[in-house]
Amino acid sequence: MAGEAAQTAKTLVDHLPVLQVVVPMLASPLCMLFARAGLAWAIAFAASLACLAISIALLATVVDGGVISYHLGGWEPPWGIEYRIDTANAFVLVIVSAIAALVLPYARQSIAAEIEAKHHALFYTCLLLCICGLLGVTATGDAFNVFVFLEISSLSTYALVALGAARDKRALTAAYNYLIMGTIGATFFVIGIGFLYMATGTLNMADLAERIAQLESNRTVRAAFAFIVVGIGMKLAIYPLHMWLPNAYTFAPSAVTAFLAATSTKVAIYVLLRFSFSVFSPGFEFERFTLLYVVLPFAVMAMFLASIAAVFQQDIKRLLAYSSIAQIGYMLLGIGLVTATGLAGSIIHLFNHAITKGALFMAVGAIVMQTGHTAIPKLAGLGRAMPLTGAAIVTGGLSLIGIPGTAGFISKWVLVSAALEKGWWPVALLIVASSLLAVVYVWKIVEIMYLKPAPQTSVGEAPLGLLLPTWGLAAACVFFGLWADLTIDAATDAANGLFGGGFAAR
Amino acid sequence: MQPTTLILLSLVVPAIATAANMALSDNDNWRDGATLVASLVTFALVVALAVSGEYGAAVTVFSVMPGLELSFHVEPLGLLFALVASGLWIVTHIYAIGYMRGNNEHHQTRFFAFFSFSIAATMGIAFSANLFTLFLFYELLTLSTYPLVAHKETDEAKAGARTYLGILMSTSIVFLLVAVIWTWIIAGTTDFTLGGILAGNIEGPMVAVLLGLFAFGIGKAALMPFHRWLPAAMVAPTPVSALLHAVAVVKAGVFTMLKVGVYIFGIDFLSSTSASDWLVWLASASILIASVIALTKDNLKARLAYSTVSQLSYITLGMALATSMGVVGGGMHIAMHAAGKITLFMCAGAIYVAHHKTLVSELNGIGRKMPLTMAAFMIGALSIIGLPPFGGMWSKWLLGLAALDAGQVFVVAVLMLSSLLNVAYLLSIVARAFFLPADDGEDAGAIAEAPVACLIALVATALLSIVLFFQAGAIERLLAGLIS
Repeated sequence: MAGEAAQTAKTLVDHLPVLQVVVPMLASPLCMLFARAGLAWAIAFAASLACLAISIALLATVVDGGVISYHLGGWEPPWGIEYRIDTANAFVLVIVSAIAALVLPYARQSIAAEIEAKHHALFYTCLLLCICGLLGVTATGDAFNVFVFLEISSLSTYALVALGAARDKRALTAAYNYLIMGTIGATFFVIGIGFLYMATGTLNMADLAERIAQLESNRTVRAAFAFIVVGIGMKLAIYPLHMWLPNAYTFAPSAVTAFLAATSTKVAIYVLLRFSFSVFSPGFEFERFTLLYVVLPFAVMAMFLASIAAVFQQDIKRLLAYSSIAQIGYMLLGIGLVTATGLAGSIIHLFNHAITKGALFMAVGAIVMQTGHTAIPKLAGLGRAMPLTGAAIVTGGLSLIGIPGTAGFISKWVLVSAALEKGWWPVALLIVASSLLAVVYVWKIVEIMYLKPAPQTSVGEAPLGLLLPTWGLAAACVFFGLWADLTIDAATDAANGLFGGGFAAR
Repeated sequence: MQPTTLILLSLVVPAIATAANMALSDNDNWRDGATLVASLVTFALVVALAVSGEYGAAVTVFSVMPGLELSFHVEPLGLLFALVASGLWIVTHIYAIGYMRGNNEHHQTRFFAFFSFSIAATMGIAFSANLFTLFLFYELLTLSTYPLVAHKETDEAKAGARTYLGILMSTSIVFLLVAVIWTWIIAGTTDFTLGGILAGNIEGPMVAVLLGLFAFGIGKAALMPFHRWLPAAMVAPTPVSALLHAVAVVKAGVFTMLKVGVYIFGIDFLSSTSASDWLVWLASASILIASVIALTKDNLKARLAYSTVSQLSYITLGMALATSMGVVGGGMHIAMHAAGKITLFMCAGAIYVAHHKTLVSELNGIGRKMPLTMAAFMIGALSIIGLPPFGGMWSKWLLGLAALDAGQVFVVAVLMLSSLLNVAYLLSIVARAFFLPADDGEDAGAIAEAPVACLIALVATALLSIVLFFQAGAIERLLAGLIS
């Protein structure tokens, strides 16, 4: 039924899957052309709102397990490029575009304080390209198209990180590092795709899935899987491949950090999910082995080692960056369990962590704007000087720990349930034990902010333009901690869709 | 009013008090007056609920996850706990006004605001209708009491608060959360149901393992070896120690313990599987070891803290004996110990406010300067020891009967030995205060009591210990609903 709808695509509504990507793509050069900060911001913000509306419409269409197949230019797959929306990627589309729609109003004042005026229009251009890339990766049903959009988002990200140089020159080396590591990752990824093409002669994911099903013992296919996992692992900062992340997050402009932390690694996780569960099948012996003996141990190491590293950081942005690596570990752990509940845990944590880290990095950006510092010892007394920002950090921090009543708790609950359901109680204990480390690093910040007297400088509360988006996300942390029916249903649907074979079930 | 409305109001009113505290931070009298009104209203609401006598009234606020709801209900144990906590809030608040002003403490608004909020969390625990709701408020109580423990903001206070948060969070996250999720997976529900929900869903040694996760996970019950947070919390201002660390927080722990025993495992299931036998031994050890440590403590509040650790294990013991008498005795001990221990803490605070003394060895002859305070202290001490005519006697009596019921004769010996230790570490203070001459030699005869607000409160709770001796029957009738 979905296929027929696509063939008779006539109205604007039928073109939503491609508009999702095209709108930011077209808005991006406009920002460049007008080259005035205010105008560029207005265009970018309007585009992000349009993206949000489109993604919500898409999610509403597919939420009952439906699938939209959109044929680009009317060329039927597997010859043409197919955009394919199901619950899993519609959910990710909503996350990306919602975060974008919150980051843009935030960026206006934050960027004005952190980046030279002549670069403002360029910033919005890059940000829109990055949004376009991330949405494209998510929406497409074509393996090579994933690579193309991944590169669009990565290249614009390198530029965005480098814009932090106005505040700290080290942003340039951070961006350069990220460029090298990211390019290596992308190369591995495209080699994997190339192998798949060699073995099957197709690039359409659904088509790939059908053909790979007969090629389980084919060595090219196995090598392809390995290359894809390593390549995308670089992008999503799987534990030993995470070296680019702390510096990139620390030195990027605040708005960029908030956006990247909430979206880019999440999209990479989605790609891993899509390839592991839709293109390849978890029924494959070599894939189960990879997930179980490679991904799962590294996930657990990330949970512990990155959290321990976070405890010892002296810079709040870097602390949160290490915490991100640890939290990615939880998402990978859910994948490593290879059960429907585990996947649901991964997907729900993807969402919950996006809003949590988004709120935290935005609040940190507000501190940067008011004090110019991110060093933890300099946060003394800020809880009283900036009560609203401080409260947002506490709320986000509680969600990071997973205190009941916050979004993080829901993730933890589902992940622990998944581990116990499988009878893997040591894994369940590891999940809860590692969240204690989060208590340590969150409380390190809380103690300094609230229990250490402020130095005699007068620091005021951040402007509303920063506070409102920050609190939008902080409130979401509480809202989705108490009313989680919505997110759990969506994540469960998405997981069942992926786990039930995804394309193969067509 | 509907019972369900009463439940919700009893949660909302203290929460409103928090907001009112912050809004009225400019005017101390209005701020503290508003809290007093809130505490009276909260108590009245709980009393109305008790009088209505409608057990089983339940209200679901909303669904958090599919199958998991935020919901509240009325049952005897929760009602008793709510009565104790809200009733003693009134006295403690009056006491706190005297203490905080008498000591010129800083950040009084923050103090009162978080204090009210922790009462709201306590009410949530008392009325929770499932493990999930209970866990939510349990964690909220930990978080909302953290600023109270760290109140002084000195390095010592921060270190104490860190231990406090560290142990309570670790135990609740690592053990309790896993226990709750495990229960949810095997039973398909976390609702508190009389008779338990686990029978038939779990068997063999795993029952004892799950019970262990609960027993150690409920860190607020201060079962050894996870008791260190309680002495660490003594850096808090004394009203916090009095209400929260003698009543609300620790009683939330043992209350949860009883609740899990009665409504999750079910007493019959526990006794038929003998899964709680090890807990009887551990609780007994906890009772004796903590008492011995209390003997060695010279700091008055630390001594009382270890006494609390010991007394809490009485209640855990009541659950672990897995007899109906044990549960009633344990439940009654919640009320009896609360009245006795809050008196002792208030006296310790009164001594600090009036003379800035914190060590037992400094208390020689203080009874002549503070006769009323030390008389109240004696009453509290006798009630903790378990002598008539004070409330503490009845709960110990019932626990002894329960031990015989369960055939664990050694427990009776433990109870007796513990009472002797209580005499040693509590009555020695009284003797020192009244019979030894004062060290400092300053005019020993002059009476110098604490502010009158403090006095009113501690005399009231001392009298309560006597009243409870005569009214124990009412509590027993209330708790009889647990064993039918």
